[in-house]
Amino acid sequence: MEKFSIDPPKKRILPWSPSRRHRKKLRCISSEFQEHGWNPHSTPIPNRQGIVLAGGGSESVRRNRSRNKLLPRERIDRLLDPGSSFLELSQLAGHDLYDESLPSGGIITGIGPVHGRLCMFVANDPTVKGGTYYPVTVKKHLRAQEIASQCKLPCIYLVDSGGANLPRQADVFPDRDNFGRIFYNQAQMSADGIPQIALVLGSCTAGGAYIPAMADESVIVKGNGTIFLAGPPLVKAATGEEISAEDLGGATLHCKISGVSDHFADDELHGLAIGRHIVKNLHMAGKQRAMNSLSSSLRDYQDPLYDERELRSIAPTDHKQSFDIRPVIARIVDGSEFDEFKKLYGSTLVTGFARIFGQPVGIIGNNGILFTESALKGAHFIELCAQRNIPLIFLQNITGFMVGSRSEASGIAKAGAKMVMAVSCAKVPKVTIIVGGSFGAGNYGMCGRAYSPNFLFLWPTARISVMGGNQAAGVLAQIERSTKKRQGVEWSQEEEDKFKSKVVEAYEREASPYFSTSRLWDDGIIDPADTRKVVGLCLSASVKPVPDDTKYGVFRM
Amino acid sequence: MSLMASIIRRKILPENLGQNHLIIRTRALCYSSSSSPDKTEGNRSRSIEKILIANRGEIACRIIRTSKRLGIRTVAVYSDADEGGLHVKSADEAVRIGPPPARSSYLNASAIIQAAHRTGAQAIHPGYGFMSESAEFAQLCEAEGLTFIGPPASAIRDMGDKSASKRIMEAAGVPLVPGYHGNEQDIDFLKLEAEKIGYPILIKPTHGGGGKGMRIVHGPHEFVESILGAQREASASFGISTILLEKYITRPRHIEVQVFGDKHGNVLHLYERDCSVQRRHQKIIEEAPAPNVLNEFRSHLGEAAVSAAKAVAYHNAGTVEFIVDTLSGQFYFMEMNTRLQVEHPVTEMIVGQDLVEWQIRVANGEPLPLAQSEVPLSGHAFEARIYAENVSKGFLPAAGVVHHYHPVPSSPTVRVETGVEEGDTVSMHYDPMIAKLVVWGENRDAALVKLKDCLLKFQVAGLPTNISFLQKLANHWAFESGQVETHFIEHFKNDLFVDSTDAIAEETSNAAKLGASLVAACVCRQEQLALKDNFHGGDCLHSLWYAHPPFRVHHSARRTMELEWDVDSNGIDSKLLNLIVTYQSNGNYLIEIGDSDSPALEVRVAHIGHRDFRIDADGLSLDVSLALYSKDHVRHIHIWHGNNHHHFRQTVRHKQSTDDATDHKPSFEMASHPKGSVVAPMAGLVVKVLINEGQAVEDGQPVLVLEAMKMEHVVKAPCAGYVRDLRVAAGQQVLDTTVLLSIKND
Repeated sequence: MEKFSIDPPKKRILPWSPSRRHRKKLRCISSEFQEHGWNPHSTPIPNRQGIVLAGGGSESVRRNRSRNKLLPRERIDRLLDPGSSFLELSQLAGHDLYDESLPSGGIITGIGPVHGRLCMFVANDPTVKGGTYYPVTVKKHLRAQEIASQCKLPCIYLVDSGGANLPRQADVFPDRDNFGRIFYNQAQMSADGIPQIALVLGSCTAGGAYIPAMADESVIVKGNGTIFLAGPPLVKAATGEEISAEDLGGATLHCKISGVSDHFADDELHGLAIGRHIVKNLHMAGKQRAMNSLSSSLRDYQDPLYDERELRSIAPTDHKQSFDIRPVIARIVDGSEFDEFKKLYGSTLVTGFARIFGQPVGIIGNNGILFTESALKGAHFIELCAQRNIPLIFLQNITGFMVGSRSEASGIAKAGAKMVMAVSCAKVPKVTIIVGGSFGAGNYGMCGRAYSPNFLFLWPTARISVMGGNQAAGVLAQIERSTKKRQGVEWSQEEEDKFKSKVVEAYEREASPYFSTSRLWDDGIIDPADTRKVVGLCLSASVKPVPDDTKYGVFRM
Repeated sequence: MSLMASIIRRKILPENLGQNHLIIRTRALCYSSSSSPDKTEGNRSRSIEKILIANRGEIACRIIRTSKRLGIRTVAVYSDADEGGLHVKSADEAVRIGPPPARSSYLNASAIIQAAHRTGAQAIHPGYGFMSESAEFAQLCEAEGLTFIGPPASAIRDMGDKSASKRIMEAAGVPLVPGYHGNEQDIDFLKLEAEKIGYPILIKPTHGGGGKGMRIVHGPHEFVESILGAQREASASFGISTILLEKYITRPRHIEVQVFGDKHGNVLHLYERDCSVQRRHQKIIEEAPAPNVLNEFRSHLGEAAVSAAKAVAYHNAGTVEFIVDTLSGQFYFMEMNTRLQVEHPVTEMIVGQDLVEWQIRVANGEPLPLAQSEVPLSGHAFEARIYAENVSKGFLPAAGVVHHYHPVPSSPTVRVETGVEEGDTVSMHYDPMIAKLVVWGENRDAALVKLKDCLLKFQVAGLPTNISFLQKLANHWAFESGQVETHFIEHFKNDLFVDSTDAIAEETSNAAKLGASLVAACVCRQEQLALKDNFHGGDCLHSLWYAHPPFRVHHSARRTMELEWDVDSNGIDSKLLNLIVTYQSNGNYLIEIGDSDSPALEVRVAHIGHRDFRIDADGLSLDVSLALYSKDHVRHIHIWHGNNHHHFRQTVRHKQSTDDATDHKPSFEMASHPKGSVVAPMAGLVVKVLINEGQAVEDGQPVLVLEAMKMEHVVKAPCAGYVRDLRVAAGQQVLDTTVLLSIKND
């Protein structure tokens, strides 16, 4: 508790809480956005998700079952502590990305507890293109490893994959962040003391064979699990040897002879049970939680005073409409208590301290365009939190930094750089939620993807692009017009409007959260009503026993 | 009257000590005024201050309880099987008397006497069974200067001999079953006697028991043949072929009278008990007073019992058993049990007295505390004996661990006499009785309502019990109307044992499905609570992972559970129920049963205690209880819900040893050598060749022994077949992967 030298003189409940007047005001906000925002009753997300959750379709699911194999989410359920939560990442990866559908990007990743120990799960979906790695599959796999590495979570790979998707090998194989990086990460994490566990529940061919081979411990299931660099057809072609898959790389061979696998499982359920035992026996390996960690988290906490489901209707779908971020904070933090920092200064950025499930957090939310003062305030607040080892929560709804002569003259670029410097260097857990717009340098200062927040999630109302579609269309039209003018070509208003609307349309499409999440620019789209829970789970996964030291670069003063 | 009786009734219960003392003192005053003061003086010095209980189980606990209330110290004795048993824990002191078999422990008179001397006990209470009806033991006690809390040895001896007791009774004018008990064994004479008695006739050997040599004769034409058969059997079994004749009572009732005598020649009766409902000649439900009996009959019966006791100069507690012919309304003396009986609590409940206390006071030489006219009779009481037994297998005694024991709570009108605790073992060395459930009501109907309710709530799991059978009995129309008789169970066996009409089968199946659904919901809830506690570690953030319902991104968590349910109680036909649990966002559980057309059931579960839950399902709210335990790699789950008790099994996937992999033959050997080749697993010396060329071998049969690294290794046949191409002999050195022989199918 000593860390909290500035003990707030009195707990301040967010002003729109207890009094009737404020409640009334809040209701106004709610109903006002009900019609514009994401109506809790209309469910665009669950529909898309429903398709994704069905995996590779009924026929391949049936085939999978006929081999006594569970679906990847069922496998994870059996590994998790019974009845525990699972924070699945990037469910909509690969959505509408390729000509063929690739539900969940062909791989399921997420975090959940096994014997009380948080683990990162990476499970191939054999019902989707035989579990082969598309570019986005690799990206999702690597992202899971990145989180595991950052949060020191033991990794459990549920392997059932045909390896790299051969037609797309150019986008899967050669580059730095391609297939090979998986094994590089395994080696690095293992070196870092983060347990790497592979359960071979299906085929594990070619490069994929290195997943169990590189693991600290591996399990293979009799009959279904096979590990080999080349399958029987290739072997026959290469050497003429005729051999069954089981004899070539089955459980018996690898457990008895080759030693590629350590544990022999009679069937899949047995294999999953062994997986749980392995985690049970990890003891302190990669232990990320110590009693003296951020133990300032309280034993007890209060739920927010407001219904979290109202978050579904708070953010307007029309991005020109601004909205106050405080009602959002009020529905995320314990007891809706928020101690605002520098409330009157740079008021377009809301900063302050709160707790989430007892864990102290610093919250930074946008309440409009970033001015010089707002950026300075943000940098100051980030420094405060880093100093005290308080995790940061960014609630992004930012159209960008203020432009114009006055702004430039005030050194807004310098102020923005300070914020970016602070965000980049602060070594505390960071979670970013994009609730509305995320445009331009605002995305940077507010800890966008490039700033490696531990987790980044989107609301369905999120929009991400370098600038707004209209602004971009305006800029592009202006350039186009001057080009045409130079060429002496007449450009009719009609043509210009058409040109503009095309740009707007493209921006609109590419700014969509579905476009983003499909490409893994984030860790998934969440139901706004789940925000508090998701942030809590993220914090739980990212809080470290010993805080890393924060060192900043040169701040331009 | 009934209010008074219920106050008195409380005295037998352990919880109301304060009140008890008051009552006892009042009694003591009444009593001392009725006897001479000097005598009381004289007795006081000899009053029992410490009792050794030469018994075990519930009766030992029962005696200890009264003793404690009276301020008398207690000594338990125990065999190795009962170490740590409830009666041992309850007593002030306990002495080990021998190994589990009764004859080396609870029937070991000298060890018991020695234990009494060692602990300074002045008296021995034998309970029932074991030493309770041993005249020798009673005599030995007195010889050793110990008070035997029971009748005089002479009375035990007199009543122990069936023929002798009948002669004494006949002399005392107690009605006997018409019969011939004489020495004359001539067939014609016997036939004449039989006609005098009137058919049907029962032929019984004078010695022995257990039904051996007994014959029922329905008419004169069968008589000669039956006599000869009975004599033959008796002679073969007991060495003595003498037989006796008795009238066979077609529809008998077993009614017994509780009598009590003091050492001053006073004898009274405490009314009768009906113990007609029996299985394997053992009582399972007793009641007092006997139903459908007139007061006049009652007093006749009582008087006859008192005369019987007086005829043998009886003192202390005893029971005179009568057989009542329901057709004629006649009653006949059968035998007298010279001990406190198992079913004594039903009498205690209707007369509001503590018979163990009476026993101790009588043993102290005090006169009976009441006169016959003062004995109250209030209400009606039932006793149901809860046994560990296999009802469907002919009530065969069962043994095992009582994994879950949750009897109904005691109250002034409900008593649970028990000698076991949760986790105890019901061993096969002794009687498998788990508990006696005793209930009292203002009248028979009221008592029966209570009995049914208590049976429904009496939870025992871990071993088979007769509870559901007792429920069927208590709910049977004939039992409800008091039409009890000795052949009751036999008579109504079609109603009482598993019936399989389609309608009932479907009803049971639906109830079981509901039970399974509730089990699934409760187990999910309980596991989650347990996990939350286990991994909480004071950190709210971490316990978030165990929040209820479990979090999933854009979908609901689901889980499957397989429960096996025995369709019939024999466990022959079982059904696998596949349950799918969906955790609803409102915290409810949606339960679906795979391969079933029954609709999904939404269940709300509130945890209200250790294993108790409040359920809301399908508009119905009810309390359910769960019992969970594992036995032989199987997880057992019991649920008590509404009128049902269901038992489900779950196969636990035990961790298999990696040795299992050795069962799968390494195929690389096959690959590099011809199929069926047996290769040396390592370099070594062939010590022994266990087979010959051409011999047939089984899969896994040892074929030869290798010695390597100072160890012997047995080489086994990789498959079944014939030995071909045996290349090695004993004494030969082989190299790693040398082909030793081949196994071929032809």
